[in-house]
Amino acid sequence: MTDTVLPGASAGAQNRDQVRKSLTRRHRNEALFRWAGILSIAAALGFVAILFGMILSKGLPSFWQSTVHVEAYFDPELIEGGPRPELADFPSQADYQEAVNKWQRAVTLSNWNRIVETALRAEAPDFEIESRDLLELVNSAARFQLRDMYFANSDVLGQTVPVSILASANTDNWLKGTINRDAPDDRQQLAATTRALADQFEANGTISFDFAWHIFTNVDSRSAPATAGLAGAFMGSLYMMIVVIVLAVPIGVASAVYLEEFAPKNRLTDLIEVNINNLAAVPSIVFGLLGAAVFINYLGLPRSAPLVGGLVLTLMTLPTIIIATRAALRAVPPSLRQAALGLGASHNQTVFHHVLPMTYPGVLTATIIGVAQALGETAPLLLIGMSAFIANIPAGPLDSATALPVQIYLWQGNENRNFFEARTSAAIIVLLGLMLLLNAIAIFLRSRLEKRA
Amino acid sequence: MDVLAGKVKVTSKTLDQTMNPAELMDHPIRLTARDVTVHYGEKQALHGISIDIPDRAVTAFIGPSGCGKSTFLRCINRMNDTIEGAKVGGKIELDGEDIYSPDLDVVELRARVGMVFQKPNPFPKSIYDNVAYGPRIHGLAKSKADLDEIVISSLRKAGLFEEVKDRLSEPGTGLSGGQQQRLCIARAIAVGPEVILMDEPCSALDPIATAIIEELIDELRENYTIVIVTHSMQQAARVSQKTAFFHLGNLIEHGDTEEIFTNPVNKQTQDYIMGRIG
Repeated sequence: MTDTVLPGASAGAQNRDQVRKSLTRRHRNEALFRWAGILSIAAALGFVAILFGMILSKGLPSFWQSTVHVEAYFDPELIEGGPRPELADFPSQADYQEAVNKWQRAVTLSNWNRIVETALRAEAPDFEIESRDLLELVNSAARFQLRDMYFANSDVLGQTVPVSILASANTDNWLKGTINRDAPDDRQQLAATTRALADQFEANGTISFDFAWHIFTNVDSRSAPATAGLAGAFMGSLYMMIVVIVLAVPIGVASAVYLEEFAPKNRLTDLIEVNINNLAAVPSIVFGLLGAAVFINYLGLPRSAPLVGGLVLTLMTLPTIIIATRAALRAVPPSLRQAALGLGASHNQTVFHHVLPMTYPGVLTATIIGVAQALGETAPLLLIGMSAFIANIPAGPLDSATALPVQIYLWQGNENRNFFEARTSAAIIVLLGLMLLLNAIAIFLRSRLEKRA
Repeated sequence: MDVLAGKVKVTSKTLDQTMNPAELMDHPIRLTARDVTVHYGEKQALHGISIDIPDRAVTAFIGPSGCGKSTFLRCINRMNDTIEGAKVGGKIELDGEDIYSPDLDVVELRARVGMVFQKPNPFPKSIYDNVAYGPRIHGLAKSKADLDEIVISSLRKAGLFEEVKDRLSEPGTGLSGGQQQRLCIARAIAVGPEVILMDEPCSALDPIATAIIEELIDELRENYTIVIVTHSMQQAARVSQKTAFFHLGNLIEHGDTEEIFTNPVNKQTQDYIMGRIG
C-alpha cells in the first residue's frame, strides 16, 4: 500500500536471519544424530549376524552325523544265553523275571564286538585292518545297540539284519575335516588304516551323513561321545521351567497386587520395594549359593535336582515379574478404577474384576521374559550340583539332572574338542530355538489378549 | 447486559424447564450439606459448603476451573475417599442419613448415588456386560431373564437401546463418544440409584452428542435427583432448575437457575456469568 516501513520490520528481518542460521546448525545436528543412530544399529546387527553366522555354520553340520550302514548277522554261535525264557514255562511271574534277568546277563556277556566287526568287514572284504582299529571306526556303544536289538526281538537270532550304527566321534571328525587331515600319524586320533577305511566307506556309500535324531532322544555320554544327546538336559530344563512358572507367577503377581493396590504406603513397604529392586540386580551366582545353603543344607532337598534348580531360578525370576506387574498395574487408567468404584464395586472387586485383567498382557510378557532368562541361567545351577554328568533322563523333579545351558558348558569343556565344538553349537541352536519359541508364544498370547481387551 | 444476553440465551424453552415455587414444593430436599470442607494434604480445597439439593430436579454446579465444584460433587458419593491425603469435614446427609457416618458402608452409598464421569469410561467389555456389571455385583438380578430385563430397560432409559440392540455383545469401547457416555449413564441407572452425579458429562463430546445427553438428563430428572457439574453456563441454563456458583472453594450463591442467570445477587456471580472471570 505505502512505502512506509512498519516499525519493527527491520528487527523482523534480523530475526529471520538468525533463525535461518540456527536452522543450518539444527539440520546438521539432526543429520549427525540420524547417522549415529544408523551406524549403531548397523553395528549391533553386524554383531548379531556374526554371532548367528558362527553358531549356525558350526552347529548345523553336527545335526548330520556319519552313520555306518551294515548288515549285522546275529550269529547263534556267538550269542550266548540260549533262547529267551517263555512266561508259560515258569510257575510265577517272579520266577520268569528272574530267568529273564539271568538270560539278559548271559546275552550281555556274548562277544558283540565280534558281530560288529564281522558286519563291518563284510562291507570291505579285501581291506586288511586290525580288529582294534576296525572297531575304532564306530562308536563304542555299537555293541549295546545290537544287544538291545536282540533284547527287543530275539527272533533275529541267525538272521542278517540291516543296521545303522553311528560312526565314532573321531571318524566323524576325520570325514568332516574338523581335524587336520594333513597332520602326521602320531597327531591323529585314528590309525592310518581306520582313516583309509572311513574314506573308502564314505566313497562306496556305507557311511552317509544322516540326520542325528539321537541328539534329541539320547542323554549325554562320555564313553561314546558320538551318541551324546540333549534329552536329559532338556527334561531337566523343562522340570525347572515348570517349577518356575508354578511358583514365580502366582507369588510374583500376588506380591505385586498387594504392594501396589493394598499395602499401606509407609517405611516398611518402601523398604520392601527398594529391596525387590535390589534383588533384581543380585548376581545370579549368589542365588546359587543361597540355594545350596538353604534348600540343600538346611531343608535337605536332594542335590542336582531340578526342583532345587527351579526354586533358585524362581527367586531370580520373582523380581522381574513383580516389577513388571507393578508397572502394568500403575499403567491402568484411573478412569477404569473410578468407573468400578462409582458403581459401588468394593476395592477388592475393582482390583480383581477390572484392574488386574488389564495387566494380563504385561504379566504374560514379564513371565515369558523371566522364564527365558531362567532357562538360560547357568551359574546358580553349578553351585547346586546340576553340572554333574548325568546319564539318565530324569523321571521327575527330584531326580538328578542337568540343564541345557549347563550341558553347553559341559560340552564346551569336553576333551574331544574337535567333535564337541560343533556339538556345543548344536546345543546352543536348540536353546536359542527354544527361546524363540517361548517369545513367539508370548507375542501370540499378548496380541490375542490385547485384542480381547 | 447485552453481554449476558449473548452468553446465555434465556429462551422460552429454558424458562419452561425452570420451576415455579409451587412446583418446587413437590421436590423435598434430598441431600443436605452443612459446612463441608475438603483438604488435599495441606491445601484446603473447600471452605464450608452448605447447600440443599432437591429431589427429582437437576442442580448444576458452575464456576471457574479449580473452584471446587467437582471436589464437592465427589464428596456426595465419597469418591474422595480414594484420593490419598484427602480429608472431608462437615456433614452431608442423604435423606437425613449422615453419609460419612462409620455405620454406613460406602459400597451401599455408591449403589444409591451413581456417578457419570467427565470422560466416557466404559469397561473394556461387551455393552451388555458393562450395564450388567453393577446389578451383578450387588446381586440385583435373580435370574438371567431378570438381568436381561434390567440391562434392556437401563439402555432404554439412557436412550441407547435402539442404537445398540443388535450388538449387545460387542465391546462398549467401540461405540462413539456420545454413545459411550450414554452407556455409562445406562450403567449407572442399572444399579437403581436415587441420585446421579454427573461430572462435566459433555465436556468430551461434540455439540450433537451434547444435545442428546442434555435431552436425556431432562428426561431422567423425572425419576432421579441429578447433580451436574458443568463448565458451560449455557448447559447449566438449559438443563438445570437449581444452580450453585462456586469460586475458590466457596459456594458464592445458589438458587433457582432462572434467578441466578437473570438476576444474580452477588457481584462475583454476575462477573462470572457475564464472562469477566473464569
